[in-house]
Amino acid sequence: MPNYILNRLGQSAVVLVLVSLIGFMVLNLAPGGPMSQFALNPGMSQAELDRIAEQLGLKRPLLVQYIDWFSHLFVGDWGHSFRDGRPVLSVIAGHLPATLLLMGTSTLLSIVIGTWVGVLGAVRRYSVFDTLATVGAMVALSIPTFWFGLVAIFFFSLHLGWLPAGNMYTIGDQSLGDYAIHLVLPVLVLALVNVAIWSRYMRSATLDVIDQDFVRTARAKGVPYRRVLTHHVIRNALLPMITLAGLQIPTILGGALVTETVFTWPGMGRLFLDSLGYSDYPVIMGILMFSAVLVLLGNLLADLLIGVADPRVRLA
Amino acid sequence: MNADEKIAVAHLNVAFRKGAGYVPVVHDINFTIGAGETMALVGESGSGKSVTSLAIMKLLAEAPKTRIDGSAIVADRHGAPIDLVAMGEQQMRHVRGNRVAMIFQEPLTSLNPVHRVGDQIAEAIRFHQSLSKADARARALALLEQVGIPEPVKRLDCYPHELSGGMRQRVMIAIALAMEPDVLIADEPTTALDVTVQAQILDLLRNLQKKNGMAILFITHNFGVVAEIADRVMVMYAGRIVEQGSVSQVLSSPRMPYTRGLLAAVPRFEQAGLAQGELGTIAGFVPDPSTPPSGCAFHPRCGYSIAGRCDQQAPVLEEIEMGHQLRCVRWRELATEQEGAR
Amino acid sequence: MTTATHYLPASRRWAWLANPTLRRFMRHKLAVLGVVMITVLILACVFGPYLLHYNDLSIDIRNRFAPPFTGNHYLGTDALGRDTAARLLNAGRISLMVGFCAMLISIVIGTLIGVIAGYYRGWVGAGLMRFVDAFLSFPSVFLVLVLAAFTKPSPMMITLIIAVTSWMEISRIVEAEIRSLRERDFTLAARMIGASNRWIMFRELMPNAIGPIIVAATLTIANAILLEAYISFLGYGIQPPLPSWGNMLNAAQQYLGKAPWLAIIPGLAITLAVTSFNFIGDGLRDALDGRSDLK
Repeated sequence: MPNYILNRLGQSAVVLVLVSLIGFMVLNLAPGGPMSQFALNPGMSQAELDRIAEQLGLKRPLLVQYIDWFSHLFVGDWGHSFRDGRPVLSVIAGHLPATLLLMGTSTLLSIVIGTWVGVLGAVRRYSVFDTLATVGAMVALSIPTFWFGLVAIFFFSLHLGWLPAGNMYTIGDQSLGDYAIHLVLPVLVLALVNVAIWSRYMRSATLDVIDQDFVRTARAKGVPYRRVLTHHVIRNALLPMITLAGLQIPTILGGALVTETVFTWPGMGRLFLDSLGYSDYPVIMGILMFSAVLVLLGNLLADLLIGVADPRVRLA
Repeated sequence: MNADEKIAVAHLNVAFRKGAGYVPVVHDINFTIGAGETMALVGESGSGKSVTSLAIMKLLAEAPKTRIDGSAIVADRHGAPIDLVAMGEQQMRHVRGNRVAMIFQEPLTSLNPVHRVGDQIAEAIRFHQSLSKADARARALALLEQVGIPEPVKRLDCYPHELSGGMRQRVMIAIALAMEPDVLIADEPTTALDVTVQAQILDLLRNLQKKNGMAILFITHNFGVVAEIADRVMVMYAGRIVEQGSVSQVLSSPRMPYTRGLLAAVPRFEQAGLAQGELGTIAGFVPDPSTPPSGCAFHPRCGYSIAGRCDQQAPVLEEIEMGHQLRCVRWRELATEQEGAR
Repeated sequence: MTTATHYLPASRRWAWLANPTLRRFMRHKLAVLGVVMITVLILACVFGPYLLHYNDLSIDIRNRFAPPFTGNHYLGTDALGRDTAARLLNAGRISLMVGFCAMLISIVIGTLIGVIAGYYRGWVGAGLMRFVDAFLSFPSVFLVLVLAAFTKPSPMMITLIIAVTSWMEISRIVEAEIRSLRERDFTLAARMIGASNRWIMFRELMPNAIGPIIVAATLTIANAILLEAYISFLGYGIQPPLPSWGNMLNAAQQYLGKAPWLAIIPGLAITLAVTSFNFIGDGLRDALDGRSDLK
């Protein structure tokens, strides 16, 4: 296990460096680059612009700039927002909980429903349920999340008036119930795609496991079928799902961005879009890097979890 | 079934669904195994031997994908006869691992890789008997000792991939014997093991059988193993029993051409009548159950078949001497040929 | 091959119909449905605008917000009185085109990188795959938006941006395939006769990986269409007056209560297109798998 952990940490470190390289490349692609704040100001002469560029260290070789930028990131100095001058990290941190709430609730829901649908489909292969679930999943994957959000708002909010059309809470009433009712629609919309993906993978993983010899052994021992399913089949089928969950994080983050747009949810995605509108490059870059780091951490966590859950890996 | 018999199978037929109809894969199997007796079931792959055993254990796909007719009678805990073929799934699960147990060919994949060995043995016990976790664990330990695993205390908490093939198979045997079943079905348990380990496992099975008097149905394609461990032997071809008798009868004077072909294919140092080093083979392949040959199922591959007889009549099982049965229309003529050749 | 066919008797020309892969694909009902759906959609988008009564630019303020089936406006009109059906089909041309071209570009990039990484293994292979991993760590939506915000939003640019964020999955699939094919005997045979690395990579190994590449291609188009729709919806993609399904939805957002069909219809079109490609991809995956369906 220690070998395995070290290996994974090492790989993650390499990927982290590469991530930062890509980030740096993207940063310099911005029109005007790090200078954009000033570049559009007609009052500045070229000489003044040059002086500022010199001051900001932009005349140095790219490699030096990169190392400087990366080391700043490392210690937590992610720059300051163009909009209000606050440190980027604290701006992001302010919006993070809303996103985490949305992502977390939605992911939990998708895993529960997706596992149930997938396993049931696998056990009753080719039944009506299974066929409906498979086709349904494929259609659900094809529905644009933001459109689904709009339709959901139209139906449940404008037409039926059951649920609010956006935001995380109503100003004035911030009770638990208020939060809860605002959470319903965004979570369901975000969960749609994830349930589809999860149930398909779970079905396939369950099918792989169900044909294995040890399931036959368990039945031959006289273990009740229900327990064979939970204790033997699902227990083994969930292993590749852990890796999948890690790999799904970028997709879920992207989905969260989309959902936050449609439901004006005050999370990181909303912040990202607003910053795009304001050309607030430090925050934009900050969120980009932050999400990448989040993904890396998530994958690392997933790999560690596998190490714990699968004894073949643990004792390798 | 009399008091001495542990399992009595009568007119067992198994058919698999194909399209709108059913294809029969096992025809009219009849046998009984007594206490302390080992019956070997021999045949090529595709002969239906595994299907027979899985059908008895009801481990095949559920009806209506498969259809099982006939009866397989064992005794329940109180000695009353119960028919496995007629039983529903709920009742079957109380029988499996309890009255009838089964061990399989591949010990690596037959054990769940994410659970400890001790837990998997305990599982076999706790679903039939209400024992506390500690008691079940103690029983598992005792079982590991019984099957000859060194350092059993350590091994209890091991995972399957930490054990060698031979040890895993011993664990499988421990699991199978946990509830002291009347009948043990062993589906090629030594095929995947080294020859030396094979000998150890066979020894172990023999000793355990002596102690608890269970009946063993031993499936194999290896006649060497048959000679070592079995009392009686059944030869299957294309889903039918074609020869049945005691090991001495069948192995020393096989009458059915198929059996003789199988035995001739076993490598020996000297073979009467064959050029040195030449291995006898049976040409051709096992027939597809959905398109069986007319008459005797073996006739396309049989060196003794006669057109007009072997491809017209489907032979029935005849008793040719005490306890020795045979399915061949020409066995009398072939017997005299053999006698003449000696 | 094609040059020889007209010398052969006619029956040989249809021999490809018996191709087992094609047969397997045809058995997959959903996949066939997908082919039908997307063909209908493409034909509608290409020829439809000529058959409609209105074109997508004629503004008719008096008839704005007409619901579907009003007179000759089969799908109603929008805020400026433009015919929704005409806009939809013209938008379809662009959205589908962008999706298709983005897929082509990302296939090229992804296959190239995947083949090189899979063949060379060692530092090169591992390094390239770590690079792919790094790219995959950014949610594609974020990356696409950033790049779109930084550049001029022409359809060409959008296509390029989507391609640049879609090639990673393909390279992963290709790399895995090449890595396993590399160990096969025919590779060894090729090295033995002195074939160059480039030859082995692109003439021996890559053609064997075509199956997974094609499957990945259909799924990439599906994803590309969704991505384009999203960034156009946000205003960073195809800019009006050029119509795209995405920016139609953008315009429809504020009239959600008054004229819901303006929002529902383009979304349905997107769903239809993406679903078709997903069905086709699924069918292709099974057809190219080579193993019969074991029940």
